[in-house]
Amino acid sequence: MKKVGEPKGVWVFSENKDLMLELLGKGSELANKLQTELAAVLLGQNVENQAGELIGYGADKVYVVDSHLFKDLRAEPYVSALASLAKQYEPEALLIGSTKRGKEVAARIATRLETGCVPDCTHLSIDENGRLLMGRMVYGGNAVATHFSRVKPQVATVPQRAFEKLGHRERKGEIVKVDAELENPRTEIVEVKEIEAAKVKIEEAKVVIAGGRGVEKKEDFTILEELAETVGGQVAYTRPLCEDRKWFTDWVGLSGHKIKPALYVGCGISGVIQHVAGIRESKVIVAINKDPEAPIFDVTDYVVVGDLYRIVPALSAALKKLLK
Amino acid sequence: MVKIIACIKQALDVTELKVDSATRQVITVNAPRKISDFDKNALEEAVRLKEKLGGEVIVVTVSPEDATMTLREALAMGADKAYMVSDPSFEKSDTLVTSHILSEAIKKLGEIDLILCGEASVDSYSAQVGPRLAERLGVPQITYVRKLNLEGNIVTAERSLEDCYETVRAKTPALVTVTAEINEPRIPSLMAIMKATKKEIVAWKAGDLGILQEKVGEKGSAIQVTEVLAPKVERRKIVIKGETVEEIAEELAKALIKEGVVGR
Repeated sequence: MKKVGEPKGVWVFSENKDLMLELLGKGSELANKLQTELAAVLLGQNVENQAGELIGYGADKVYVVDSHLFKDLRAEPYVSALASLAKQYEPEALLIGSTKRGKEVAARIATRLETGCVPDCTHLSIDENGRLLMGRMVYGGNAVATHFSRVKPQVATVPQRAFEKLGHRERKGEIVKVDAELENPRTEIVEVKEIEAAKVKIEEAKVVIAGGRGVEKKEDFTILEELAETVGGQVAYTRPLCEDRKWFTDWVGLSGHKIKPALYVGCGISGVIQHVAGIRESKVIVAINKDPEAPIFDVTDYVVVGDLYRIVPALSAALKKLLK
Repeated sequence: MVKIIACIKQALDVTELKVDSATRQVITVNAPRKISDFDKNALEEAVRLKEKLGGEVIVVTVSPEDATMTLREALAMGADKAYMVSDPSFEKSDTLVTSHILSEAIKKLGEIDLILCGEASVDSYSAQVGPRLAERLGVPQITYVRKLNLEGNIVTAERSLEDCYETVRAKTPALVTVTAEINEPRIPSLMAIMKATKKEIVAWKAGDLGILQEKVGEKGSAIQVTEVLAPKVERRKIVIKGETVEEIAEELAKALIKEGVVGR
């Protein structure tokens, strides 16, 4: 185990391009603070032409490993590439995008490098000792814990939309092509079923109308959809509707999408802490629930005790009238 | 005959945690402990595979505290034997350390077909220990699994990813982490609970696995925690009232328009 020492760069990696640019945005702030360089790691097949864009978004250096083995996003080639590069160049910090694939890759790299990894960081900063402070939600959203790593590289994974990308500029940077020894994948893909993507990513919706267990039938979501349509928003779901009732595939909450819309309206949602963790940063929170004791009311700006089946259509009608 | 290991964590029941509002400290001392939710799914899946294919399910836990009651529940759910790797020196271990202890324990259990873990724990939700364990044991990993099948030495699993369901195949031994979608964990019958009291729980300490004290706990961990604070809740809790549903709706609509969060 190496102790934290002379900075040799902040590195970022994600297989998701948007997330990679957001990592560069945050990474450049951290690298400036440490007076070190910011490097992106680009893994793929025939990807060198993408390096220029990464430089434009803040990378001082782009390490490129080109191989057909990266095609299907199997863990092993990614882990071996990143771990061997990190062993060779010894970065100070490594930020990896918190997709499901990114998180498993990060965990394995950190193990191979005998270091820690703080997943899903929403707060990253440099303290007076030059250490990376990594903040994340713990205890099902009950608390934010701040961590640092005694060992280098300091590894964090970062969820989408936690940080902003920079504007694209014409900049000069260095492209370093590396031949890394890659491990072959040990899993084989048999079948891929695409999940139909929502029209707008839920993270990007300005208004989110969310339904929970209080919505009795899947068809009843039409009343939430009508409200969403009235205000140009998106409908979202809680985890039980997806996993217990199997009505939908993805949910808002600690283990799903974390959103920060201008307006969140929770309909028939009790507000378990894991759900609240995913909506906490919304600007205005409205909750509609029959149960006056529902915990969601503790984290609500506008409390409506009542039947969503009556309130929601009436709210759509009132907004249609007033917004005309 | 298969031999399956289900790794379980004795987690804090996060729905029962209390926060001291003055200091924003989370009070964990007397909070109830339970089998972490997704680990229950992992155990249930292990037991179902055993019921189908014949064989043995072993549960393993690593904990700074005693976990006997938690393991009794796992045994009642259908595990055949439990290993409790528990040592006060494990307090404040990070996932680097926890995965090390767990891997050393599993290495002592001989040849196995599958290791099952939950996708993450309910209290820390880091999703680190499963993949780290796969790395340490040098086995293939399949994470976020919603359907699982084992035939001979081939495991086939459907993963639930952000943009797709991906079915993959790997050779055993392999490590699989499961989501809550995969099954509905059983509630043990009274008979099963009674039977479980006769099953064996083997207790190991760090020394039994040849793990040095300086490799565990805060000393052995890379990650240190500087503070844990409850987020500030600064919501207004304005109650919208009215004689009729229409009045309530109109008052709320006006408030939202005034906030500037709806409309153009």
